[in-house]
Amino acid sequence: MSKPVYVVEKLNAWFGERHVLKDITLNIDPRQVTAIIGPSGCGKSTFIRCLNRLHEIVPGARLAGTILLDGADIHGPGVDPVVIRRRVGMVFQKPNPFPTMSVYDNVAAGLRLNGIRRRTVVDERVEVALKQAALWDEVKDVLLKSGASLSGGQQQRLCIARALAVEPEVLLLDEPCSALDPIATARIEELLLELKKSYTIVIVTHNMQQAARVSDYTGFFLLGELVEFGETRQIFTNPKDRRTEDYITGRFG
Amino acid sequence: MIPGLLLRRRVTNVVMLSLTGVSTALVLGVLFFILGYITYHGISALDWDFFTKLPKPVGEKGGGMANAIVGTIKLLFLASLIGVPIGFMGGVYLSEYGRKNTAGFLIRYAADLLNGIPSIVMGIFAYTIVVLPMGHFSTVAGGVALGIMMIPIAVRSSEEFLKLVPATVREAGLALGLSEWKVVCFIVIPTAFRGIVTGIMLDLARVAGETAPLLFTAFSNRFWSRGWLEPTASLPVMIYTYAIAPYEDWHRQAWAAGMVLLMLVLGANVVSRLILHRQLKG
Repeated sequence: MSKPVYVVEKLNAWFGERHVLKDITLNIDPRQVTAIIGPSGCGKSTFIRCLNRLHEIVPGARLAGTILLDGADIHGPGVDPVVIRRRVGMVFQKPNPFPTMSVYDNVAAGLRLNGIRRRTVVDERVEVALKQAALWDEVKDVLLKSGASLSGGQQQRLCIARALAVEPEVLLLDEPCSALDPIATARIEELLLELKKSYTIVIVTHNMQQAARVSDYTGFFLLGELVEFGETRQIFTNPKDRRTEDYITGRFG
Repeated sequence: MIPGLLLRRRVTNVVMLSLTGVSTALVLGVLFFILGYITYHGISALDWDFFTKLPKPVGEKGGGMANAIVGTIKLLFLASLIGVPIGFMGGVYLSEYGRKNTAGFLIRYAADLLNGIPSIVMGIFAYTIVVLPMGHFSTVAGGVALGIMMIPIAVRSSEEFLKLVPATVREAGLALGLSEWKVVCFIVIPTAFRGIVTGIMLDLARVAGETAPLLFTAFSNRFWSRGWLEPTASLPVMIYTYAIAPYEDWHRQAWAAGMVLLMLVLGANVVSRLILHRQLKG
Protein backbone atom coordinates (compact mmCIF):
# COMPACT_ATOMS: atom_id res chain seq x y z
CA MET A 1 0.00 0.00 0.00
CA SER A 2 1.22 3.45 -0.84
CA LYS A 3 1.48 6.12 1.77
CA PRO A 4 -1.77 8.05 2.33
CA VAL A 5 -1.95 11.66 1.11
CA TYR A 6 -4.11 12.75 4.00
CA VAL A 7 -4.08 11.35 7.50
CA VAL A 8 -6.98 12.79 9.47
CA GLU A 9 -7.03 12.10 13.16
CA LYS A 10 -9.73 13.00 15.67
CA LEU A 11 -10.87 15.96 13.65
CA ASN A 12 -13.51 18.07 15.39
CA ALA A 13 -15.07 21.20 13.97
CA TRP A 14 -17.45 23.82 15.27
CA PHE A 15 -19.46 26.76 13.99
CA GLY A 16 -19.79 28.86 17.10
CA GLU A 17 -21.36 26.49 19.65
CA ARG A 18 -22.50 23.99 17.04
CA HIS A 19 -20.34 20.89 16.98
CA VAL A 20 -20.48 19.79 13.33
CA LEU A 21 -17.67 17.22 13.10
CA LYS A 22 -16.95 14.72 15.83
CA ASP A 23 -13.72 12.75 16.06
CA ILE A 24 -13.29 12.06 12.37
CA THR A 25 -10.41 9.70 11.69
CA LEU A 26 -9.61 8.45 8.22
CA ASN A 27 -6.89 8.19 5.58
CA ILE A 28 -7.09 9.30 1.98
CA ASP A 29 -4.99 7.37 -0.48
CA PRO A 30 -3.16 8.85 -3.44
CA ARG A 31 -4.64 8.67 -6.93
CA GLN A 32 -7.92 7.29 -5.68
CA VAL A 33 -11.37 8.79 -5.59
CA THR A 34 -12.72 9.04 -2.08
CA ALA A 35 -16.42 9.80 -1.82
CA ILE A 36 -18.08 11.35 1.22
CA ILE A 37 -21.78 10.60 1.46
CA GLY A 38 -24.47 11.36 4.00
CA PRO A 39 -27.64 13.36 4.49
CA SER A 40 -27.71 17.16 4.38
CA GLY A 41 -26.15 18.87 7.35
CA CYS A 42 -24.07 15.87 8.38
CA GLY A 43 -20.79 17.74 8.04
CA LYS A 44 -19.61 16.44 4.64
CA SER A 45 -18.88 19.86 3.23
CA THR A 46 -17.32 21.07 6.46
CA PHE A 47 -15.06 18.03 6.36
CA ILE A 48 -13.59 18.74 2.95
CA ARG A 49 -13.40 22.45 3.71
CA CYS A 50 -11.13 21.50 6.60
CA LEU A 51 -8.84 19.70 4.18
CA ASN A 52 -7.83 22.95 2.44
CA ARG A 53 -8.26 25.18 5.47
CA LEU A 54 -11.27 26.93 4.01
CA HIS A 55 -13.33 26.10 7.10
CA GLU A 56 -11.48 28.69 9.12
CA ILE A 57 -12.49 31.66 6.95
CA VAL A 58 -16.06 31.46 8.24
CA PRO A 59 -16.45 33.77 11.26
CA GLY A 60 -16.84 31.74 14.45
CA ALA A 61 -15.51 28.53 12.92
CA ARG A 62 -13.13 26.42 15.03
CA LEU A 63 -11.37 23.13 14.66
CA ALA A 64 -9.40 20.61 16.70
CA GLY A 65 -7.49 17.45 15.86
CA THR A 66 -4.83 16.88 13.26
CA ILE A 67 -4.79 16.73 9.49
CA LEU A 68 -1.55 15.58 7.95
CA LEU A 69 -0.93 16.31 4.27
CA ASP A 70 2.01 14.21 3.06
CA GLY A 71 2.96 13.69 6.68
CA ALA A 72 3.02 17.37 7.65
CA ASP A 73 0.40 19.00 9.87
CA ILE A 74 -1.51 21.54 7.78
CA HIS A 75 -2.28 23.51 10.95
CA GLY A 76 1.30 23.36 12.17
CA PRO A 77 2.97 26.54 13.39
CA GLY A 78 4.07 28.76 10.54
CA VAL A 79 2.07 26.91 7.90
CA ASP A 80 0.44 29.42 5.60
CA PRO A 81 -3.10 28.39 4.60
CA VAL A 82 -2.42 29.98 1.21
CA VAL A 83 0.31 27.40 0.55
CA ILE A 84 -1.98 24.53 1.55
CA ARG A 85 -4.72 25.81 -0.76
CA ARG A 86 -2.27 26.04 -3.61
CA ARG A 87 -1.55 22.33 -3.20
CA VAL A 88 -5.19 21.39 -2.77
CA GLY A 89 -7.63 22.55 -5.44
CA MET A 90 -11.35 22.84 -4.86
CA VAL A 91 -14.50 22.80 -6.95
CA PHE A 92 -17.71 24.04 -5.41
CA GLN A 93 -21.34 23.03 -5.46
CA LYS A 94 -22.50 25.87 -7.66
CA PRO A 95 -20.29 26.72 -10.63
CA ASN A 96 -18.54 29.93 -9.63
CA PRO A 97 -16.42 31.26 -12.48
CA PHE A 98 -15.05 34.76 -11.88
CA PRO A 99 -17.89 36.81 -13.38
CA THR A 100 -15.88 39.56 -15.06
CA MET A 101 -13.24 37.29 -16.55
CA SER A 102 -13.16 35.56 -19.91
CA VAL A 103 -12.92 31.78 -20.22
CA TYR A 104 -9.17 32.10 -20.73
CA ASP A 105 -8.65 34.52 -17.85
CA ASN A 106 -10.63 32.31 -15.50
CA VAL A 107 -8.26 29.42 -16.07
CA ALA A 108 -5.20 31.66 -16.12
CA ALA A 109 -6.21 33.54 -12.95
CA GLY A 110 -4.58 31.13 -10.51
CA LEU A 111 -1.35 31.13 -12.49
CA ARG A 112 -1.08 34.84 -13.11
CA LEU A 113 -2.01 35.83 -9.60
CA ASN A 114 0.52 33.36 -8.27
CA GLY A 115 3.19 35.12 -10.29
CA ILE A 116 3.42 33.03 -13.47
CA ARG A 117 3.13 35.57 -16.25
CA ARG A 118 5.17 34.25 -19.19
CA ARG A 119 2.68 34.27 -22.05
CA THR A 120 3.83 30.98 -23.56
CA VAL A 121 3.74 29.18 -20.22
CA VAL A 122 0.29 30.50 -19.33
CA ASP A 123 -1.08 29.69 -22.79
CA GLU A 124 0.14 26.15 -22.55
CA ARG A 125 -1.07 25.53 -19.02
CA VAL A 126 -4.50 26.96 -19.85
CA GLU A 127 -4.82 24.65 -22.84
CA VAL A 128 -3.68 21.61 -20.86
CA ALA A 129 -6.07 22.39 -18.01
CA LEU A 130 -9.01 22.89 -20.37
CA LYS A 131 -8.18 19.63 -22.11
CA GLN A 132 -7.94 17.81 -18.77
CA ALA A 133 -11.34 19.19 -17.89
CA ALA A 134 -12.69 17.96 -21.26
CA LEU A 135 -13.74 21.48 -22.16
CA TRP A 136 -11.11 22.51 -24.70
CA ASP A 137 -12.98 21.42 -27.82
CA GLU A 138 -16.08 23.33 -26.76
CA VAL A 139 -14.40 26.59 -25.81
CA LYS A 140 -11.27 26.86 -27.92
CA ASP A 141 -13.01 29.35 -30.22
CA VAL A 142 -14.62 31.39 -27.46
CA LEU A 143 -11.69 31.75 -25.08
CA LEU A 144 -12.19 35.51 -24.89
CA LYS A 145 -15.90 35.36 -24.16
CA SER A 146 -17.11 35.78 -20.61
CA GLY A 147 -16.90 32.62 -18.52
CA ALA A 148 -20.39 33.32 -17.25
CA SER A 149 -21.77 32.93 -20.79
CA LEU A 150 -21.10 29.17 -20.81
CA SER A 151 -23.76 26.63 -19.88
CA GLY A 152 -23.93 25.35 -16.30
CA GLY A 153 -22.12 22.11 -17.09
CA GLN A 154 -19.45 23.95 -19.04
CA GLN A 155 -19.04 26.45 -16.22
CA GLN A 156 -18.45 23.63 -13.77
CA ARG A 157 -15.81 22.10 -16.04
CA LEU A 158 -14.33 25.58 -16.36
CA CYS A 159 -14.05 25.67 -12.59
CA ILE A 160 -12.37 22.26 -12.65
CA ALA A 161 -9.94 23.54 -15.29
CA ARG A 162 -9.28 26.62 -13.17
CA ALA A 163 -8.45 24.42 -10.19
CA LEU A 164 -6.25 22.11 -12.30
CA ALA A 165 -4.31 24.92 -13.96
CA VAL A 166 -2.29 25.58 -10.81
CA GLU A 167 -1.35 21.88 -10.75
CA PRO A 168 -2.54 20.90 -7.30
CA GLU A 169 -1.83 17.54 -5.70
CA VAL A 170 -5.34 16.98 -4.46
CA LEU A 171 -8.70 17.95 -5.93
CA LEU A 172 -11.64 18.47 -3.58
CA LEU A 173 -15.12 18.54 -5.08
CA ASP A 174 -18.07 19.68 -3.01
CA GLU A 175 -21.19 18.23 -4.66
CA PRO A 176 -19.94 19.34 -8.06
CA CYS A 177 -22.92 17.91 -9.96
CA SER A 178 -25.82 18.92 -7.77
CA ALA A 179 -26.66 21.88 -10.02
CA LEU A 180 -26.16 19.96 -13.28
CA ASP A 181 -28.37 17.84 -15.50
CA PRO A 182 -27.68 14.09 -15.96
CA ILE A 183 -25.71 14.55 -19.19
CA ALA A 184 -23.40 17.17 -17.72
CA THR A 185 -23.11 14.98 -14.62
CA ALA A 186 -22.06 11.99 -16.71
CA ARG A 187 -19.35 14.08 -18.37
CA ILE A 188 -17.97 15.21 -15.01
CA GLU A 189 -17.96 11.63 -13.73
CA GLU A 190 -16.08 10.41 -16.81
CA LEU A 191 -13.66 13.22 -16.20
CA LEU A 192 -13.06 12.18 -12.59
CA LEU A 193 -12.13 8.66 -13.67
CA GLU A 194 -9.63 10.18 -16.08
CA LEU A 195 -8.27 12.67 -13.54
CA LYS A 196 -7.67 10.13 -10.82
CA LYS A 197 -4.76 8.79 -12.83
CA SER A 198 -2.82 11.86 -11.78
CA TYR A 199 -4.71 13.41 -8.88
CA THR A 200 -6.02 12.42 -5.49
CA ILE A 201 -9.71 13.21 -5.49
CA VAL A 202 -12.16 13.72 -2.65
CA ILE A 203 -15.76 14.21 -3.69
CA VAL A 204 -18.74 15.06 -1.52
CA THR A 205 -21.97 13.87 -3.02
CA HIS A 206 -25.64 13.53 -2.22
CA ASN A 207 -26.02 11.04 -4.96
CA MET A 208 -25.22 7.50 -3.82
CA GLN A 209 -25.18 6.10 -7.34
CA GLN A 210 -22.55 8.67 -8.14
CA ALA A 211 -20.43 7.61 -5.20
CA ALA A 212 -20.80 3.99 -6.25
CA ARG A 213 -19.88 4.80 -9.86
CA VAL A 214 -16.84 6.98 -9.39
CA SER A 215 -15.22 6.25 -6.07
CA ASP A 216 -12.76 3.71 -4.74
CA TYR A 217 -13.37 4.54 -1.09
CA THR A 218 -16.48 5.83 0.59
CA GLY A 219 -17.08 7.43 3.93
CA PHE A 220 -20.58 7.69 5.35
CA PHE A 221 -21.19 10.69 7.59
CA LEU A 222 -24.15 11.06 9.90
CA LEU A 223 -24.76 13.91 12.33
CA GLY A 224 -21.12 14.90 12.27
CA GLU A 225 -19.78 11.42 12.85
CA LEU A 226 -18.01 9.13 10.45
CA VAL A 227 -20.20 6.07 10.69
CA GLU A 228 -18.29 3.89 8.30
CA PHE A 229 -15.33 4.18 5.99
CA GLY A 230 -14.05 1.57 3.57
CA GLU A 231 -13.78 0.40 0.02
CA THR A 232 -16.75 1.57 -1.98
CA ARG A 233 -17.67 -1.94 -3.06
CA GLN A 234 -17.75 -3.12 0.52
CA ILE A 235 -19.75 -0.12 1.74
CA PHE A 236 -22.39 -0.58 -0.91
CA THR A 237 -22.63 -4.37 -0.90
CA ASN A 238 -21.78 -5.34 2.59
CA PRO A 239 -21.99 -2.41 5.00
CA LYS A 240 -20.92 -3.22 8.52
CA ASP A 241 -23.04 -0.64 10.25
CA ARG A 242 -26.80 -0.85 10.34
CA ARG A 243 -27.13 2.91 9.76
CA THR A 244 -25.03 2.76 6.59
CA GLU A 245 -27.21 0.01 5.26
CA ASP A 246 -30.36 1.95 6.06
CA TYR A 247 -29.01 5.03 4.30
CA ILE A 248 -27.78 3.39 1.13
CA THR A 249 -30.90 1.34 0.73
CA GLY A 250 -32.98 4.47 1.13
CA ARG A 251 -34.73 3.32 4.27
CA PHE A 252 -33.37 6.27 6.12
CA GLY A 253 -35.61 9.04 7.42
CA MET B 1 -60.24 26.27 -8.68
CA ILE B 2 -63.06 28.27 -7.12
CA PRO B 3 -64.26 30.83 -9.73
CA GLY B 4 -64.64 33.64 -7.18
CA LEU B 5 -61.09 33.22 -5.94
CA LEU B 6 -59.75 33.15 -9.48
CA LEU B 7 -61.57 36.37 -10.34
CA ARG B 8 -60.24 38.05 -7.22
CA ARG B 9 -56.69 37.09 -8.12
CA ARG B 10 -57.10 38.42 -11.64
CA VAL B 11 -58.53 41.72 -10.40
CA THR B 12 -55.77 42.07 -7.81
CA ASN B 13 -53.19 41.36 -10.48
CA VAL B 14 -54.58 43.99 -12.85
CA VAL B 15 -54.92 46.61 -10.11
CA MET B 16 -51.40 46.05 -8.76
CA LEU B 17 -49.86 45.99 -12.22
CA SER B 18 -51.56 49.27 -13.11
CA LEU B 19 -50.40 50.82 -9.85
CA THR B 20 -46.78 49.97 -10.54
CA GLY B 21 -47.21 51.27 -14.09
CA VAL B 22 -48.70 54.54 -12.89
CA SER B 23 -45.94 55.01 -10.31
CA THR B 24 -43.26 54.47 -12.95
CA ALA B 25 -44.98 56.88 -15.31
CA LEU B 26 -45.22 59.48 -12.53
CA VAL B 27 -41.55 59.27 -11.65
CA LEU B 28 -40.41 59.33 -15.26
CA GLY B 29 -42.94 62.06 -16.01
CA VAL B 30 -41.48 64.36 -13.36
CA LEU B 31 -37.98 63.65 -14.63
CA PHE B 32 -38.85 64.39 -18.25
CA PHE B 33 -40.84 67.44 -17.25
CA ILE B 34 -37.82 68.90 -15.46
CA LEU B 35 -35.49 68.03 -18.33
CA GLY B 36 -37.92 69.47 -20.88
CA TYR B 37 -38.58 72.62 -18.87
CA ILE B 38 -34.88 73.36 -18.44
CA THR B 39 -34.18 72.71 -22.10
CA TYR B 40 -37.14 74.84 -23.20
CA HIS B 41 -35.95 77.83 -21.21
CA GLY B 42 -32.24 77.28 -21.60
CA ILE B 43 -31.91 76.52 -25.27
CA SER B 44 -32.58 80.11 -26.42
CA ALA B 45 -29.58 81.47 -24.50
CA LEU B 46 -27.35 78.61 -25.51
CA ASP B 47 -25.04 79.67 -28.30
CA TRP B 48 -21.36 79.49 -29.09
CA ASP B 49 -20.71 82.59 -27.02
CA PHE B 50 -22.11 80.92 -23.95
CA PHE B 51 -19.33 78.33 -24.04
CA THR B 52 -16.49 80.65 -25.08
CA LYS B 53 -17.09 84.14 -23.66
CA LEU B 54 -16.83 85.61 -20.20
CA PRO B 55 -19.88 87.16 -18.53
CA LYS B 56 -20.62 90.70 -19.73
CA PRO B 57 -20.72 93.56 -17.23
CA VAL B 58 -24.08 94.26 -15.63
CA GLY B 59 -26.50 95.84 -18.06
CA GLU B 60 -24.85 94.62 -21.25
CA LYS B 61 -26.51 91.86 -23.19
CA GLY B 62 -24.83 88.64 -24.37
CA GLY B 63 -21.62 87.15 -23.07
CA GLY B 64 -21.18 83.63 -21.78
CA MET B 65 -20.13 81.47 -18.88
CA ALA B 66 -16.94 79.88 -20.16
CA ASN B 67 -15.22 80.59 -16.85
CA ALA B 68 -18.03 78.96 -14.85
CA ILE B 69 -18.01 75.85 -17.02
CA VAL B 70 -14.26 75.45 -16.62
CA GLY B 71 -14.61 76.35 -12.93
CA THR B 72 -17.17 73.61 -12.33
CA ILE B 73 -15.00 71.07 -14.13
CA LYS B 74 -12.00 72.10 -12.03
CA LEU B 75 -14.02 71.92 -8.82
CA LEU B 76 -15.38 68.47 -9.65
CA PHE B 77 -11.88 67.30 -10.55
CA LEU B 78 -10.54 68.43 -7.17
CA ALA B 79 -13.54 66.97 -5.37
CA SER B 80 -12.94 63.61 -7.08
CA LEU B 81 -9.26 63.69 -6.09
CA ILE B 82 -10.37 63.81 -2.46
CA GLY B 83 -13.67 61.98 -2.48
CA VAL B 84 -13.01 59.06 -4.81
CA PRO B 85 -9.87 57.51 -3.30
CA ILE B 86 -10.98 57.98 0.30
CA GLY B 87 -14.52 56.87 -0.46
CA PHE B 88 -13.48 53.88 -2.53
CA MET B 89 -10.83 52.65 -0.12
CA GLY B 90 -13.15 53.23 2.83
CA GLY B 91 -15.74 51.11 1.05
CA VAL B 92 -13.21 48.34 0.48
CA TYR B 93 -12.29 48.40 4.16
CA LEU B 94 -15.89 48.26 5.32
CA SER B 95 -16.85 45.45 2.96
CA GLU B 96 -13.73 43.30 3.19
CA TYR B 97 -12.35 43.86 6.66
CA GLY B 98 -14.86 45.80 8.70
CA ARG B 99 -18.13 43.91 8.35
CA LYS B 100 -18.59 43.07 11.99
CA ASN B 101 -15.88 44.81 14.00
CA THR B 102 -16.05 48.01 16.04
CA ALA B 103 -13.96 50.05 13.63
CA GLY B 104 -16.31 49.12 10.81
CA PHE B 105 -19.32 50.07 12.87
CA LEU B 106 -17.81 53.44 13.78
CA ILE B 107 -16.79 54.28 10.20
CA ARG B 108 -20.20 53.29 8.85
CA TYR B 109 -21.91 55.36 11.51
CA ALA B 110 -19.64 58.34 10.89
CA ALA B 111 -20.25 58.15 7.14
CA ASP B 112 -24.00 58.13 7.66
CA LEU B 113 -23.78 61.09 10.02
CA LEU B 114 -21.53 62.97 7.61
CA ASN B 115 -24.04 62.33 4.86
CA GLY B 116 -26.71 63.98 6.97
CA ILE B 117 -24.77 67.20 7.54
CA PRO B 118 -26.33 70.12 5.63
CA SER B 119 -24.14 71.22 2.75
CA ILE B 120 -23.96 74.78 4.02
CA VAL B 121 -22.35 73.52 7.23
CA MET B 122 -19.81 71.67 5.11
CA GLY B 123 -19.14 75.03 3.45
CA ILE B 124 -18.45 76.69 6.77
CA PHE B 125 -16.15 73.82 7.69
CA ALA B 126 -14.12 74.18 4.49
CA TYR B 127 -14.13 77.94 5.05
CA THR B 128 -12.58 77.44 8.48
CA ILE B 129 -9.92 74.93 7.51
CA VAL B 130 -8.93 76.28 4.08
CA VAL B 131 -10.18 79.81 3.41
CA LEU B 132 -9.28 81.37 6.78
CA PRO B 133 -5.69 80.05 6.90
CA MET B 134 -5.14 81.04 3.26
CA GLY B 135 -6.76 84.40 3.77
CA HIS B 136 -8.86 84.33 0.58
CA PHE B 137 -11.41 82.32 -1.36
CA SER B 138 -10.04 79.74 -3.76
CA THR B 139 -10.84 76.92 -6.15
CA VAL B 140 -8.98 74.56 -3.82
CA ALA B 141 -11.29 75.46 -0.94
CA GLY B 142 -14.33 74.73 -3.08
CA GLY B 143 -12.84 71.41 -4.15
CA VAL B 144 -12.18 70.47 -0.53
CA ALA B 145 -15.77 71.27 0.47
CA LEU B 146 -17.23 69.21 -2.38
CA GLY B 147 -14.66 66.43 -1.89
CA ILE B 148 -15.59 65.97 1.75
CA MET B 149 -19.23 65.92 0.73
CA MET B 150 -18.51 63.11 -1.71
CA ILE B 151 -16.88 60.82 0.84
CA PRO B 152 -19.88 59.39 2.71
CA ILE B 153 -21.83 58.36 -0.37
CA ALA B 154 -18.73 57.03 -2.13
CA VAL B 155 -17.89 54.94 0.96
CA ARG B 156 -21.33 53.49 1.41
CA SER B 157 -22.11 52.82 -2.23
CA SER B 158 -18.70 51.18 -2.82
CA GLU B 159 -19.28 49.06 0.26
CA GLU B 160 -22.72 47.97 -0.91
CA PHE B 161 -21.53 47.01 -4.37
CA LEU B 162 -18.57 45.07 -2.97
CA LYS B 163 -20.87 43.23 -0.60
CA LEU B 164 -22.92 42.09 -3.58
CA VAL B 165 -19.97 40.01 -4.80
CA PRO B 166 -21.01 36.48 -3.81
CA ALA B 167 -19.08 34.70 -1.07
CA THR B 168 -18.67 31.79 -3.50
CA VAL B 169 -16.54 33.97 -5.77
CA ARG B 170 -14.29 34.97 -2.88
CA GLU B 171 -13.98 31.34 -1.81
CA ALA B 172 -13.10 30.32 -5.35
CA GLY B 173 -10.21 32.78 -5.22
CA LEU B 174 -9.01 31.65 -1.81
CA ALA B 175 -9.27 28.00 -2.85
CA LEU B 176 -6.87 28.72 -5.71
CA GLY B 177 -4.25 29.52 -3.12
CA LEU B 178 -4.42 33.27 -3.51
CA SER B 179 -3.74 35.47 -0.54
CA GLU B 180 -6.63 37.53 0.75
CA TRP B 181 -5.39 40.85 -0.61
CA LYS B 182 -5.00 39.38 -4.08
CA VAL B 183 -8.52 38.02 -3.99
CA VAL B 184 -9.79 41.46 -2.96
CA CYS B 185 -7.72 43.43 -5.51
CA PHE B 186 -7.91 41.19 -8.54
CA ILE B 187 -11.19 39.34 -8.15
CA VAL B 188 -13.61 41.06 -5.80
CA ILE B 189 -12.99 44.68 -6.84
CA PRO B 190 -13.08 43.99 -10.61
CA THR B 191 -16.33 42.09 -10.12
CA ALA B 192 -17.91 45.05 -8.33
CA PHE B 193 -16.20 47.71 -10.45
CA ARG B 194 -19.13 48.66 -12.65
CA GLY B 195 -21.35 49.22 -9.65
CA ILE B 196 -18.69 51.18 -7.81
CA VAL B 197 -18.18 53.52 -10.77
CA THR B 198 -21.93 54.00 -11.15
CA GLY B 199 -22.17 54.91 -7.47
CA ILE B 200 -19.33 57.39 -7.75
CA MET B 201 -20.84 59.00 -10.87
CA LEU B 202 -24.12 59.52 -9.02
CA ASP B 203 -22.16 60.97 -6.13
CA LEU B 204 -20.35 63.34 -8.47
CA ALA B 205 -23.66 64.37 -10.03
CA ARG B 206 -24.97 65.21 -6.60
CA VAL B 207 -22.11 67.50 -5.62
CA ALA B 208 -22.00 69.04 -9.11
CA GLY B 209 -25.16 70.92 -8.25
CA GLU B 210 -24.11 72.04 -4.77
CA THR B 211 -24.25 75.79 -4.37
CA ALA B 212 -24.21 76.63 -0.69
CA PRO B 213 -20.75 75.27 0.18
CA LEU B 214 -19.23 77.08 -2.80
CA LEU B 215 -20.47 80.48 -1.63
CA PHE B 216 -18.02 80.30 1.29
CA THR B 217 -15.16 78.66 -0.50
CA ALA B 218 -14.75 79.02 -4.26
CA PHE B 219 -16.90 82.16 -4.07
CA SER B 220 -17.36 83.42 -7.62
CA ASN B 221 -15.46 85.29 -10.26
CA ARG B 222 -16.53 87.44 -13.21
CA PHE B 223 -13.24 86.64 -14.94
CA TRP B 224 -11.02 83.66 -15.58
CA SER B 225 -9.63 82.09 -12.46
CA ARG B 226 -5.91 81.69 -12.93
CA GLY B 227 -4.53 78.53 -11.32
CA TRP B 228 -6.13 76.87 -8.35
CA LEU B 229 -5.65 79.49 -5.66
CA GLU B 230 -8.00 82.16 -6.96
CA PRO B 231 -11.74 82.25 -6.48
CA THR B 232 -13.59 80.72 -9.39
CA ALA B 233 -16.99 80.96 -10.96
CA SER B 234 -19.03 77.78 -11.04
CA LEU B 235 -22.28 76.89 -12.74
CA PRO B 236 -24.43 76.44 -9.61
CA VAL B 237 -23.32 79.76 -8.12
CA MET B 238 -23.84 81.46 -11.48
CA ILE B 239 -27.33 80.00 -11.67
CA TYR B 240 -28.04 81.31 -8.20
CA THR B 241 -26.67 84.77 -8.95
CA TYR B 242 -28.30 85.10 -12.36
CA ALA B 243 -31.65 83.67 -11.39
CA ILE B 244 -32.24 86.22 -8.62
CA ALA B 245 -30.99 89.16 -10.69
CA PRO B 246 -33.59 91.53 -12.15
CA TYR B 247 -32.56 91.09 -15.81
CA GLU B 248 -34.48 89.04 -18.35
CA ASP B 249 -31.31 88.17 -20.24
CA TRP B 250 -29.65 86.83 -17.07
CA HIS B 251 -32.62 84.61 -16.33
CA ARG B 252 -32.29 83.01 -19.73
CA GLN B 253 -28.58 82.50 -19.12
CA ALA B 254 -29.31 80.92 -15.75
CA TRP B 255 -31.54 78.38 -17.48
CA ALA B 256 -28.82 77.75 -20.05
CA ALA B 257 -26.31 77.24 -17.23
CA GLY B 258 -28.67 74.71 -15.67
CA MET B 259 -28.84 72.88 -18.95
CA VAL B 260 -25.06 72.83 -19.34
CA LEU B 261 -24.63 71.51 -15.79
CA LEU B 262 -27.09 68.75 -16.61
CA MET B 263 -25.24 67.92 -19.82
CA LEU B 264 -21.90 67.83 -17.99
CA VAL B 265 -23.21 65.29 -15.51
CA LEU B 266 -24.94 63.30 -18.22
CA GLY B 267 -21.82 63.39 -20.41
CA ALA B 268 -19.58 62.13 -17.60
CA ASN B 269 -22.06 59.35 -16.96
CA VAL B 270 -22.23 58.26 -20.58
CA VAL B 271 -18.46 58.36 -21.04
CA SER B 272 -17.82 56.27 -17.92
CA ARG B 273 -20.40 53.74 -19.07
CA LEU B 274 -18.86 53.51 -22.53
CA ILE B 275 -15.42 52.93 -21.06
CA LEU B 276 -16.74 50.24 -18.73
CA HIS B 277 -18.63 48.57 -21.54
CA ARG B 278 -15.57 48.40 -23.75
CA GLN B 279 -13.44 47.09 -20.90
CA LEU B 280 -15.82 44.24 -20.22
CA LYS B 281 -15.84 43.16 -23.84
CA GLY B 282 -12.05 43.27 -24.23
